[in-house]
Amino acid sequence: MILGLMAGLLFTPLAWAVLTLLSGFERSRLISWLGILAQSLVSFALWVTVASEGGFHYQLGGWPAPLGIELRVDGLALTFVMLTAVVGGACGWHAGIYLDPEKTWHRYFWPLFWFLWAGLNGVWLGADLFNLYVALELISLSAVGLVALGGQADALRAAIRYLMAALLGSLAYLLGVALVYGQFGSLSLAGISALLPAGSGQAGLVFALVLMVAGLALKTALFPLHGWLPPAHGIAKAPVSALLSALVVKASFYIAARLWLEFGEHLGSYGLAQLVGALGGVGVLWGSWLAFRQSRLKQVVAYSSVAQIGYLFLLFPLSWGVSEAVALQAQQGITLQVISHALAKAAMFLAAGNLIMSVGSNRVDALAGVSRFLPFSLFSFGLAGVSLMGLPPTGGFAAKWLLLQASLGSGQWWWLIVLLGGGLLSAAYVFRVYRASFIENSDTDQFFHPSRSLEVIPMILALLSLGLGLVAEPVLSVMTLPFSKGGGG
Amino acid sequence: MTANTLIPLFALLTSLLASVIIFALPEKGHRLRTSVNLAAAGLKLILVGVMVWGIFHGQSFEFAFTMLPGVQFVLRADALSMLFAGLSAVLWLLTTIYAVGYLEDSPNRSRFFGFFSLCVASTMGIALAGNLFTFFLFYEMLTLSTYPLVVHRGTRQALRAGRNYIIYTLTGGAVLLLAIAWLHGLVGDLPFRPGGHFSGLEPELQGPLTLVFVLLIAGLGVKAALVPLHGWLPQAMVAPAPVSALLHAVAVVKAGAFGIVRVVCEIYGLEAASQMGLLTGLAVVSAITIIYGSTRALYQLDLKRRLAFSTISQVSYIILGVSLFGPVGVAGGLVHLVHQGIMKITLFFCAGNYAETLGVHRIDELDGAGRRMPGTSVAFTLGAFGMIGAPPLAGFVTKWTMGTGALAVGMDWVVAVLVVSSLLNAAYFLPILHRIWFAGQQQAWPHERRWGRLETSAWLLWPPLITAAALIVIGLIASMPFSPLSWVNLIVEQEVMQ
Repeated sequence: MILGLMAGLLFTPLAWAVLTLLSGFERSRLISWLGILAQSLVSFALWVTVASEGGFHYQLGGWPAPLGIELRVDGLALTFVMLTAVVGGACGWHAGIYLDPEKTWHRYFWPLFWFLWAGLNGVWLGADLFNLYVALELISLSAVGLVALGGQADALRAAIRYLMAALLGSLAYLLGVALVYGQFGSLSLAGISALLPAGSGQAGLVFALVLMVAGLALKTALFPLHGWLPPAHGIAKAPVSALLSALVVKASFYIAARLWLEFGEHLGSYGLAQLVGALGGVGVLWGSWLAFRQSRLKQVVAYSSVAQIGYLFLLFPLSWGVSEAVALQAQQGITLQVISHALAKAAMFLAAGNLIMSVGSNRVDALAGVSRFLPFSLFSFGLAGVSLMGLPPTGGFAAKWLLLQASLGSGQWWWLIVLLGGGLLSAAYVFRVYRASFIENSDTDQFFHPSRSLEVIPMILALLSLGLGLVAEPVLSVMTLPFSKGGGG
Repeated sequence: MTANTLIPLFALLTSLLASVIIFALPEKGHRLRTSVNLAAAGLKLILVGVMVWGIFHGQSFEFAFTMLPGVQFVLRADALSMLFAGLSAVLWLLTTIYAVGYLEDSPNRSRFFGFFSLCVASTMGIALAGNLFTFFLFYEMLTLSTYPLVVHRGTRQALRAGRNYIIYTLTGGAVLLLAIAWLHGLVGDLPFRPGGHFSGLEPELQGPLTLVFVLLIAGLGVKAALVPLHGWLPQAMVAPAPVSALLHAVAVVKAGAFGIVRVVCEIYGLEAASQMGLLTGLAVVSAITIIYGSTRALYQLDLKRRLAFSTISQVSYIILGVSLFGPVGVAGGLVHLVHQGIMKITLFFCAGNYAETLGVHRIDELDGAGRRMPGTSVAFTLGAFGMIGAPPLAGFVTKWTMGTGALAVGMDWVVAVLVVSSLLNAAYFLPILHRIWFAGQQQAWPHERRWGRLETSAWLLWPPLITAAALIVIGLIASMPFSPLSWVNLIVEQEVMQ
């Protein structure tokens, strides 16, 4: 049962991709909307099954990696599968209305969208280093294609830049994988983890881990490797930006976090953990500051992603060499941060797209008077902003609370500065947008009104990120679903 | 789920749902919006009444669920929360009536009333919060929901005031979050409990807990406008009059003061806090704030600005009261929570009436206003005399109780502070009264509007008249059951009995 569902999550998106590649925009849209429904149902079914039967580990066709595909599903993977279904589904729905069918190249959105989804599920469910690489490449290439969908010279330039960064990151990661394979002759995460105690303390392995993490950090846009992100996320179409910020950067972070949690104990060190955390912390402050300085709305949102991604890397110091309880708090906090940022950022990009469409300009200043004409989209933007600021009762706040507890519990008080200062700086850039929208004496009275469903989708996402804080406990309980050591041929 | 579990939740939801409905209503649906507003306010008042009655007869009302690992979301009605909830429920109804009249024919009313209800939902949550974590949720929600009200007019001045407001309050919120998280890390999730938790404390926790206390007070002090954290308040008076009234009387400054009361009495406990030497510092800070606010008020020429500085001074009476060690002082402080609210809302209603009807904003333009607007001016006069502390008005009850409380514990200097402050109050209020009643009108009103036979719109006139009448009644029946003073004595009994 579980196997069928997992295979469904991986292979049906590929099938949708091929189908949509062969059809025009309108028919692809219909196919895709049906596909989104199917994917959501399968994800939900997987949850129900795992909740009753426990997690699962499987070697597809009995072949061990690297020839075969190793899959595993546990609470964490399940959480992300469902997150993808929600956010990906919302973006696909939005894109179907937002994109202009008249432009012929827009029909390529659909196959790229489905390749992306397949890659994402591959990352969440993958259990060996090589297949994670394949899935990651699938994500990167389709993401680059989606950015280029903008069609203008700027979009192509941003896409090329993004491609370079993504390839460089993949290379570093692949090099690390090769080193590990040379050492152990295994690529399975669980297998390596079991062999590690014998081979610990080897400089080569530490180097391999550093290479892999560095490559993934580049793909995740950790400071100072973030330069490629704002142009790419800023110039893409609104639903594409939403997908990229909400899900794509999380995939590479997810692999980095898995590596760290599996291997960090043996191969990591206090210095390395603190260094990664410090880069994340600087990213939070620097990204927020740059977001505050941007004059274009989507650039504000894009730089805000750089800042929010920084928080994620606090996982490294807060889970290394600390008590079990603190490590658990840190993991829970980071998971909530990933989910709430995905929901809030997707909502924000989609709402920003509506606002820009409405005022006909992408400048923050142009928002004057929009509160009277497009209050609904502005409200979605605002609610998502509350979550990014980490104010209660949002998911962002729940994450911040757990991270504060983890920092205090492990005596690493310096992360408090990042957590609280970052929150205040993000308030600065969010309130800058609010402020612009409250100004009354605007020059323009010409507002275009986007269709109702375009406005509803970001509101749903924003409400989900808001409600996440209230139901954080049950959401986190999905993450800790028991893992049954079953599997095999 | 019994009724007693759900009533606190419903009391919160009435204004939360009202806010959602109002946002959903079209901008032009004025009549429907007003009905929703008034119905919700009336319903809330009934629910609060039920809870007050129940608590008086020894029932308990609690709603709780686990929100995060180790942290509970708790709404609980106790005697102290009812003091604040009752105040906000009554004044919300009156302020809503006033705001409907005040904002007639102005744009963005849907947005205004939506956030207005959200703001009241937050104060309800602050009143009913059963632990610091829940308190913080609503404390920050209050910040967010008041910002759109402060900048409502969208002018340059309003936006600047809004920016300062948000910088002050969010920074205060961050400090408060740090303190709450730290406290949680030290001792776990503590419910508010009469008598507090820290009476038999291990000595090694003393140091961190003292530091946490300072952070808590600093975080809460921003909203309570303790000097030197008060800078945002005088600027925020650019907001429309009903907003100022709500901000100064129930919502923001009171939320800060109420939080300080909760922390001192029900987390640390009066006894433990005074043993740790925390209360003397608090008393000194609040005494300085009282004198400073009154002194600055003397120099203000704008009516609302003068009232704003007066708020800074008056709210600190509450904090001074709880830091007086003894039960009588605490009673004086707590009762002022209600009294100051009613007096200040009366004064701001009246200031709003002068501005709306005559276009008068500055004090020197008020000459002869008493003849043109006798109802408003009588209400204003009663509010001002209440502030000064003239018997038998509500303000006198406060000052008398606090004075005897201070003498009982041998803090004679507090009496001196009270006397000086009363003199200063007289010095900045009496000249206004003189202008209103005894000076002749010098020039035409800057921007006069007429409403038939009444001096101003009935929506604007009745609320201040009702609150002004309440000032007399509360002062006269101070010792009868269900009066604020006897309710406060009920609370103090619980605090000290533990």
